Amino acid sequence: MAHEHDHDEEHSELSETQLRVRALETILTEKGYVDPAALDLLIETYETKVGPRNGARVVAKAWSDPAYRAWLLEDANAAIASVGYAGRQGEHMVVLENTPKRHNMVVCTLCSCYPWPVLGLPPVWYKSAPYRSRVVLEPRGVLRDFGVELPAETEIRVWDSTSEVRYLVLPLRPEGSAGLSEDALAELVTRNSMIGTGLAKRPGEPA
Amino acid sequence: MTEGAHDMGGVRGYGKVVPEPNEPMFHAEWERRAFALTLAMAKPGEWNIDMSRAARENRPPEDYLAKSYYEIWLAGLEQLMAERGLVGRDELEAGRVLRPPPPFKDRLSPEDVAQVLYRGAPTGRAPNAPARFKAGDRVRARNIAPATHTRLPRYVRGHAGVVELVHGCHVFPDSNALGAGENPQWLYTVCFDGTELWGPGADPTLKVSVDAWDAYLEPA
Repeated sequence: MAHEHDHDEEHSELSETQLRVRALETILTEKGYVDPAALDLLIETYETKVGPRNGARVVAKAWSDPAYRAWLLEDANAAIASVGYAGRQGEHMVVLENTPKRHNMVVCTLCSCYPWPVLGLPPVWYKSAPYRSRVVLEPRGVLRDFGVELPAETEIRVWDSTSEVRYLVLPLRPEGSAGLSEDALAELVTRNSMIGTGLAKRPGEPA
Repeated sequence: MTEGAHDMGGVRGYGKVVPEPNEPMFHAEWERRAFALTLAMAKPGEWNIDMSRAARENRPPEDYLAKSYYEIWLAGLEQLMAERGLVGRDELEAGRVLRPPPPFKDRLSPEDVAQVLYRGAPTGRAPNAPARFKAGDRVRARNIAPATHTRLPRYVRGHAGVVELVHGCHVFPDSNALGAGENPQWLYTVCFDGTELWGPGADPTLKVSVDAWDAYLEPA
């Protein structure tokens, strides 16, 4: 889990790994195991279609519509599927509601389990040793790494994703957001607020 | 494997979490291709997600910790293919095909990608017996150290907690990873006090849960 950034393509020569993967794809294509067009589609899906904007839409809807919020907390799979998101690495969704008394954080200490249909692929830090090792032990220290300080009395509830159940945090609706449309609310929902390493933005707050 | 470096919860010394500016999804073209090859090869390779995880984590700690995330994926993929004779280690080293492929069932076609991703691979199964525990029950994570793949993290073993959610029966990774069958079991979210896991110096406001299959638990 080291040197995540040493293989940048900006290096003038192709890395050994680049050459190895290129050869591997050729071997697998020649043997007939993979169709390169399917590979392109897989990459395109996660680079352009599936990402945290999906989750933000779910959260904004829950903030706007009490019946939807109740459904989301009761049966997350059905409520999330109703807005069009489902599938791989989100087959068994549970939504965790933050309250003024309780702040939820999600991790996978064993690997990198993460709710793809609503958040896309996880960022490097989520998969990194510092986050995976420390959030179950010193979550407030991790929150400080993200510039977040919570009241000392707030319960910190950490969910380790050790099964195929995937967790999405429903962050607190920010102050000053009354009357905003769902689209405007979705703009306030940061990716990190849906993992628990951040809070939703207040209206007018920079990204 | 049980004592692998992947089981990181509560280990000190890895330092601060450092979010990356702009957070590129992939950091090189090879990461894109390694990601897609790994997803696509599950079809002709016929392995399951637990076998994939076992292949990634089953390596010496110094190797696991020295590799980047997608280097681990790549190493796992190469191992799964080599074990099944789909691509030999000699072919990986030569960088070219040295022998024709063994018969295989199917490959992922571009037409199927959207549907395969949308369907996913649910692990819920019909219950074969009533649940042993209900929400609110006190349970203890068994103190076990399997030599093969498990999803019970070291940091909860031997500790007592409370059942918070009952998820139904799910495929049991410990046997599924070995190709020994799905052996579906009741799955629970079990919540532990921070002080139970880390002692009296722990953050008093901390609670940590894991998802635990029936075989990981005993009444407390």
